[in-house]
Amino acid sequence: MLEGIFVEGLIYAIMALGVFFTFRILDFPDLTVDGSFPLGAVIMATSLTAGQNPLAGLLLAFGGGVLAGFVTAAIHNRLKVPHLLAGILTMTMLYSVNIRILDNRANLPLLRVDTVLTHVAAWAENRIPVEWAALIFFILVVLIIKLALDLFFHTDMGLVFGALGNNEQMVRVQGVNPATLKLIGVGLSNGLVALSGAFAAQYQGFADVNLGQGIVVSGLASVMLGEFIIKSNRIGMLTLRVILGAILFKAIMYLGRFYGYYINMTPNDLKLIAGILIIASLAVTNYRRIRGKGGTAA
Amino acid sequence: MIRLENLACTFDAGTPNAKTVIKNFNLTVAAGEFVTIIGSNGAGKTTLFNLISGSLMPTSGRVWIKDQDVTAHPEYKRARYLGRIFQDPLAGTASNMTLEDNMMITCKKGFKWPVISLNRKMRAYFRDQLIHLKMGLEGRMKENVSSLSGGQRQALTLLMMVLSRPAIALLDEHTAALDPRNAAVVMDLTTRFIREHRLTTLMITHNMNHAIAYGSRLLMMDAGEIIIDVSGEEKAHLTVPRLLEMFADIRREAFGNDEMLLTGGRNLGH
Ligand SMILES: Nc1ncnc2c1ncn2[C@@H]1O[C@H](COP(=O)(O)OP(=O)(O)O)[C@@H](O)[C@H]1O
Ligand SMILES: [Mg+2]
Repeated sequence: MLEGIFVEGLIYAIMALGVFFTFRILDFPDLTVDGSFPLGAVIMATSLTAGQNPLAGLLLAFGGGVLAGFVTAAIHNRLKVPHLLAGILTMTMLYSVNIRILDNRANLPLLRVDTVLTHVAAWAENRIPVEWAALIFFILVVLIIKLALDLFFHTDMGLVFGALGNNEQMVRVQGVNPATLKLIGVGLSNGLVALSGAFAAQYQGFADVNLGQGIVVSGLASVMLGEFIIKSNRIGMLTLRVILGAILFKAIMYLGRFYGYYINMTPNDLKLIAGILIIASLAVTNYRRIRGKGGTAA
Repeated sequence: MIRLENLACTFDAGTPNAKTVIKNFNLTVAAGEFVTIIGSNGAGKTTLFNLISGSLMPTSGRVWIKDQDVTAHPEYKRARYLGRIFQDPLAGTASNMTLEDNMMITCKKGFKWPVISLNRKMRAYFRDQLIHLKMGLEGRMKENVSSLSGGQRQALTLLMMVLSRPAIALLDEHTAALDPRNAAVVMDLTTRFIREHRLTTLMITHNMNHAIAYGSRLLMMDAGEIIIDVSGEEKAHLTVPRLLEMFADIRREAFGNDEMLLTGGRNLGH
């Protein structure tokens, strides 16, 4: 069970990194996530069922997520629709799109197809236990994504992303169109989210169009939990704490699922717990800030 | 370099709150000119800069920059030619990022690709530039900009502005938020940079002495119009009493009494 928590946490960490990008770097609260996560899952499941190899499926899922992000950013940029509404529009449309991709079904099992995980299991055979192989595999995947993101934020474009959420005026004065940056940023973010959905489908053994419900809230909760445990503003630490936050979040959800019945909790209460976690984080952050201010003033 | 033709700007047009802030505004600024702009609060000076930079679109009239009609161009496109500094020292930098990151973002205008340009050579170049500020910032390149004082931030913003090689500088009371000592340092840097880089400059100031002492041309704005425009010999011999006298004459012509003059004069003399 312990590896399970870590593996699921790592898979969700990829999604949380996407949420971190939009919410924290771009200052663009993007709700597309609830649609692009299952989008990644259904693209992956469909392409595996069609006989594609897993790598092609992952790339397609990533590409699909990028397109979904483009749609949200374009609605926001072109029609001057607030970001929240733009995200909700795309998310709602994606629900229908996802069912279409599954050929008018709501879910698709992945029982007798080769997934990334069957490849990993095949490699692990006679070497190490399969569960550990999956864990090592996902640690590597998340590490590569984390390092790629860190590198990206050190490029000229990445630095401008850093400035955009902080001081949009400065970006415009620099001759960069913020609308273009938002398009790229929201696109990349949803690409990551869809990638996460693609891995989740393979790990769970099925794709379901309802997989994404409330995903953005768990992503945000992961980001906030991470901010709780590590204080830093170095980009390497920022991405690391998102990953740790996602694992911690999964652990808390596991605890809720397995020990919750002692206090009459059911799995249906988990979304409530996720929301309360976020509210508690906000309240504590607020409290710290007020106390911090009072301290300096006194 | 800059040409404004019959420019007008009305806020909330078509409502009872309609307010014309710039009206029949015509101005030509030649390359290399250093224009100082004074005028009472609410005269429309900042709005004028917003119209030039494209953060506001005019109700009517045209804006030309470098013999190009840019009236329809969005702000980020005009930014190629413009360096703009605001009164608020926080406005020009990203406070959650380091000095060197800020300088990397601002040292070149235009779209940024995902390539890493911030290398040892670039850092050495930034360090050389920071040494000229004589503020010890060259040793603090990895610190967040939020740890700098207002004067340091404004000096840094100024440096970053000239490094990006704009043709035109728009300075909007950029020393007003600083204490006198820092204001003097930033003003010295400003004149040095303008000279060294041959920047065509428009500088809004609330300080009449500065408006007279600096630059090659002086504009006074009132209620969205230019009411005084002096340059050359006349500007060189200008004094504060002479300027107030000119303002009074114009007021007397316009209203035929001195009542308006007094209120106008008081607003002007911060
Ligand atoms: N966005 C806006 N909407 C409505 N009125 C505005 C707006 N911006 C400026 N104004 C008004 O226009 C007038 C001129 O403002 P401004 O150009 O900032 O003056 P100055 O910089 O000369 O002090 C002021 O009366 C101000 O209240
Ligand atoms: Mg102003």
